[in-house]
Amino acid sequence: MSILPELGQIALLIALALAALQGVLPLVGAHRGDPAMMSFARPAALAQFGFVLIAFLILVNAFVSNDFSLQYVANNSNSQLPVQFRVAAVWGAHEGSMLLWILILTVWTSAVALRSHSLPLEMASRVLGVLGLLSVGTLLFTLFTSNPFLRLQPAARDGADLNPLLQDPALIIHPPMLYVGYVGLSVAFAFAIAAMLSGQLDRQWARWTRPWVTAAWVFLTLGISLGSWWAYYELGWGGWWFWDPVENASFMPWLAATALFHSLAVTETRGLFKSWTLLLAIMAFSLSLLGTFLVRSGILVSVHAFASDPARGYFILVFLLLVIGVALALYAWRAPSLDTQAGFQATSRETFLLLNNVLLVIAASLILIGTLYPLFVEALGMGKVSVGKEVFELVFIIPMLPLLLLIGIGMHSSWRTGNLASVLRDYRWLIAASLLVGVVGPLLVFGSNSVLTACGIVAALWVMLASAGAPLKLVRQGKPMTRAAAGMHLAHFGVGLFALGATVVSSFGIEADRSIAAGKPVTAAGYTFELKSLEEGQGPNYAFLQGVIEVTRDGEPVATLFPQKRRYRQQESLMTEAGIDGRISRDVFVALGDALGNDAWSVRLQYKPLIRLIWLGTIVMALGGLLAMSDRRYRVHVKAGAAKRTEEAAVVPAVTVTDSA
Amino acid sequence: MTPKQQRMLSVGMLVVGIAVVSAFTIGAFREGTGFYYELDEIANGTAPLDRSIRVGGLVQEGSLLREAGSLTLQFTLTDTVNTLKVLYTGVLPDLFRDGQGIIANGHINNEGVFVAEEVLAKHDEDYMPPEVADSLERQGYKADE
Repeated sequence: MSILPELGQIALLIALALAALQGVLPLVGAHRGDPAMMSFARPAALAQFGFVLIAFLILVNAFVSNDFSLQYVANNSNSQLPVQFRVAAVWGAHEGSMLLWILILTVWTSAVALRSHSLPLEMASRVLGVLGLLSVGTLLFTLFTSNPFLRLQPAARDGADLNPLLQDPALIIHPPMLYVGYVGLSVAFAFAIAAMLSGQLDRQWARWTRPWVTAAWVFLTLGISLGSWWAYYELGWGGWWFWDPVENASFMPWLAATALFHSLAVTETRGLFKSWTLLLAIMAFSLSLLGTFLVRSGILVSVHAFASDPARGYFILVFLLLVIGVALALYAWRAPSLDTQAGFQATSRETFLLLNNVLLVIAASLILIGTLYPLFVEALGMGKVSVGKEVFELVFIIPMLPLLLLIGIGMHSSWRTGNLASVLRDYRWLIAASLLVGVVGPLLVFGSNSVLTACGIVAALWVMLASAGAPLKLVRQGKPMTRAAAGMHLAHFGVGLFALGATVVSSFGIEADRSIAAGKPVTAAGYTFELKSLEEGQGPNYAFLQGVIEVTRDGEPVATLFPQKRRYRQQESLMTEAGIDGRISRDVFVALGDALGNDAWSVRLQYKPLIRLIWLGTIVMALGGLLAMSDRRYRVHVKAGAAKRTEEAAVVPAVTVTDSA
Repeated sequence: MTPKQQRMLSVGMLVVGIAVVSAFTIGAFREGTGFYYELDEIANGTAPLDRSIRVGGLVQEGSLLREAGSLTLQFTLTDTVNTLKVLYTGVLPDLFRDGQGIIANGHINNEGVFVAEEVLAKHDEDYMPPEVADSLERQGYKADE
């Protein structure tokens, strides 16, 4: 029996001590103006990352080497599990997810430590200090309620295996991506707290914060999108979003983060909306924590719910209240003194960004209400209810449709004064084209249309055309464009793609359950499906039955699909693997149901027009975010900041800048 | 705009926004929330017949019947004391099997049979939907695993 897991535990304890140092000394130092204390922040952050990484690698090693003397490994892995899934199994359940969470927090913290040399030392120390305190909280939580290194006496002979649903390539990267996004919002939160502690919140602050928020948002976008893609082909029977509490838990911070970096744009450019920006930064991170609480406490029913434990829920609830409570108390103290008096016109870009924020926050609030509603109803003894998908769809569309329509106008409006008339004049042909295609297009392609569908398509096309229009004009005129502007246009184009895909697939997607048997083809959505044969086979840790289904349309072959029914040996559980023919214009999707007798099988057949645009759109959004982040102004200020720091060092000669980088 | 007008504008938009949204939300929630009913409530006739509800329970051993080759099937839900016959047409979830705790959405027809539009089983075979676990406990059965 190796003693590595015990070393892992010790590494976590050392990390906890370092986190406490990083959390306390720099904050006290910044308060007193003591550079020696502040200089602890960076080395402590980096060392903490090192120890957490050691603990994490030890856990990975335990999974890869099938160390079933660890309870967590025994519960979530198996010797037959392919090695890539053994690694993914590290974050396949609660304890390992927490360790991954902490690892990612220390990665972000280290990134801040290494990239914050342009910040005044006080600011950097406060940001790192706050991150240190957050790390203390999560490390305590892990060590006391969710320790992945607990031993099992006696060791299990083999493990219970990873939930077969999670044995999928997308699930190897979906949780880490999502966590990088979630946890990344802690950086924005730390910046907000640091600003409130110091009382200094200026445009420079917004400029420092913005790329961090964008980075977190990029990962969050990709993480959510991957989850949706996985749900689509793995568990969804063809759906791509279920308004499941856990999906909502990741989507609410996304909406808040989206609002946040739009608000930061105003704070950076015009010095306005400061207190609102702070509030959003607090909200975005609080929603991440709330999501964790909802998932981990098990108080909400969800397909994602990990084995729940009231002690965990209680701990997170206290942590959540502490974090939000302190943040809001600071906010109440500082916010009134922050706002700058500056005017802007009713149709200026400021107004549109304000509208953007209001609509995004409304959307997030409605989803929050819908998610928590069953809890309230049950707590009030009014019975058990569930909020249906239709409710969420409706309350989401209400704020989103106007938002889409406003994007195209807002991004071409000028700061301060506004130029609504000239924007509308410049883009009148694009508006007309969107209207025409949105109303007539569906009639031509699908033979029907509805008011809501037309609105959705018009809005989506308008966003896409408006986003593409400006860059094309600049290219034609041979004028340069900043990366920030290009990124913004690209991301908005992605929003349009997404909205188009989502509207078309929800309006014109076709789903049919049929009984299929060899020699008896069935037809759905104009496609004919014929079961050619059923074959049995063996995967690494499962046996499968595979249908060979030929798809034709008007006699022309379209594709041969191989939907599978898998039986995983260890857990004796059945899994459905869909057969999908994916093209940019549409997916044809076949999932095997059950044997119906008489050699017939139930199948679920689906036709999903433009569904790929949903994920393509999110990728384009993320690329836009990356492009905007890499804008010159976020890189160049490093030098300017360095110069400033030298000045400051000259004022306080006693400073010894400890560069652990 | 002067700062004062700005504030008025923001406050105004917020108020209008919240009002519109609350109106829609209340409406949507009234329409779209599914109420869960216990099997004994259905047995003694307190569950409504005219609207969509949720029911849950264990799939009774050997109760699944279907006509060969057809998508229509029936099975019986039980909370160990009361039972309810369920009709369903479509593909069953992977984890549907005897003894499994499941949830169904649908309505009760005139013959007292539950016509399900959707049958849900959770993705973990140990996992009992909390509503079902509560129902079983009401009937004096401890649903541990």
